[in-house]
Amino acid sequence: MARVPVQFSLNGDERAEFIESGTTLFHALRDTMGDTSPKGGCQQGTCGACSVIVDGELRLSCLTLAESCEGATIETTAGLGRDGVLHPVQRAILDGFATQCGFCTPGMVMAAKALLDQTPNPTREDVVEAISGNICRCTGYEPIINAVLAAARSNSQNAG
Amino acid sequence: MSLALRTFATTHEASAALSQDGARYLGGGTLLVRAVNEGDIATTGYVRTTDPALSDIEVSDQRVRIGASTTMSSIISSGDLATISGAAKAVGGPAIRNMATVGGNLFAPAPYGDFTVALLALGAMVHTTGGDMGIVDFLDRRDDFAKPSGKGAIVTAVSFDIPAANSFRFVKVSRVKPKGVSVLSIAAAIQADPQGEVSAARIALGCMADRPMRAMAAEKALIGAPLTKAGIADAVAVIVAGTDPITDPVASAWYRSEVLPVHFGRLLLG
Repeated sequence: MARVPVQFSLNGDERAEFIESGTTLFHALRDTMGDTSPKGGCQQGTCGACSVIVDGELRLSCLTLAESCEGATIETTAGLGRDGVLHPVQRAILDGFATQCGFCTPGMVMAAKALLDQTPNPTREDVVEAISGNICRCTGYEPIINAVLAAARSNSQNAG
Repeated sequence: MSLALRTFATTHEASAALSQDGARYLGGGTLLVRAVNEGDIATTGYVRTTDPALSDIEVSDQRVRIGASTTMSSIISSGDLATISGAAKAVGGPAIRNMATVGGNLFAPAPYGDFTVALLALGAMVHTTGGDMGIVDFLDRRDDFAKPSGKGAIVTAVSFDIPAANSFRFVKVSRVKPKGVSVLSIAAAIQADPQGEVSAARIALGCMADRPMRAMAAEKALIGAPLTKAGIADAVAVIVAGTDPITDPVASAWYRSEVLPVHFGRLLLG
């Protein structure tokens, strides 16, 4: 299989790698670039565990080809915390005990971040909609929803 | 194993590349990459185009032409398409809507393809590199387009008259809120005369066959009827005529047939 170059910004770092043509972004991130924060659940676009943000939009890395992200800006959960300080969504999930097995958490975090980037003060319905493509098989949705709302409040207070 | 991706600047170049055995056209990836991930061995390579025209939404004199690569999110955020944004919102969660395209939705098998149900009710035209055709004809022939090394034609756009806000209705019924796979979906484009009686109706159903279908008997029964409980009774009585619902883990064919009249009646009276 032909190897092709791909280049994009990953969590603020410019990355250039050779990958097999047709490789999904999910496998490029995990297998080639060492970012294992997107989780592989269904590989069918159903569970949302592999969610990442590409050019500001939430996407499923399992259904996105890495070559289609040439020149893009990609954010994953691994890049959210800086200098030992968690992102407000991560902090709220931790403080609100909004993880059980934790497998869905990276996807939930990215879905929540995508929401708060666009809608800093979401309603509960906004949050439910935002994570509607992410499945938590531990069924811990209520703490997750509350954590996202808490993160929004935290952002507002810090902004004020 | 990954499959090679070939990228072309124009749709015609990409269309020509589809003549290679096993090459499939890649839109948003939510159908094709999913199939490959599931083990579809008939697909041996991806073909795509970066032609920006495929992502355009052009509105002129209340008629819209939507490029095939336009995503559901773009439709939702387009102020010109507010009357049909509900059908785009019915597709998947936020991530899927950022990826799923209008062109791809035309090929989505039941229980997916809710947006195409709306396009069918709106009587859309489907534009391809091989020519234009009505959506009914397209849906009849779509398997020829979708199979590997099909006819090499690529869907480039859909076009239709933008409906007035009070003349288009859409509902997706699912068991999981706010998002779930369709039990069924219904789209209705209905014109009424000044007396409130239906003068024209196009009703489209999702999940009531392997692809979106018209409810012709119900359309006929609505003509001349007022949108009241008594007025729509004949249409509700025949809404299941000609249907052949799918059975899947979401619902049986029997269940879909039982609940269709209920939701159809609610949609008309709502």
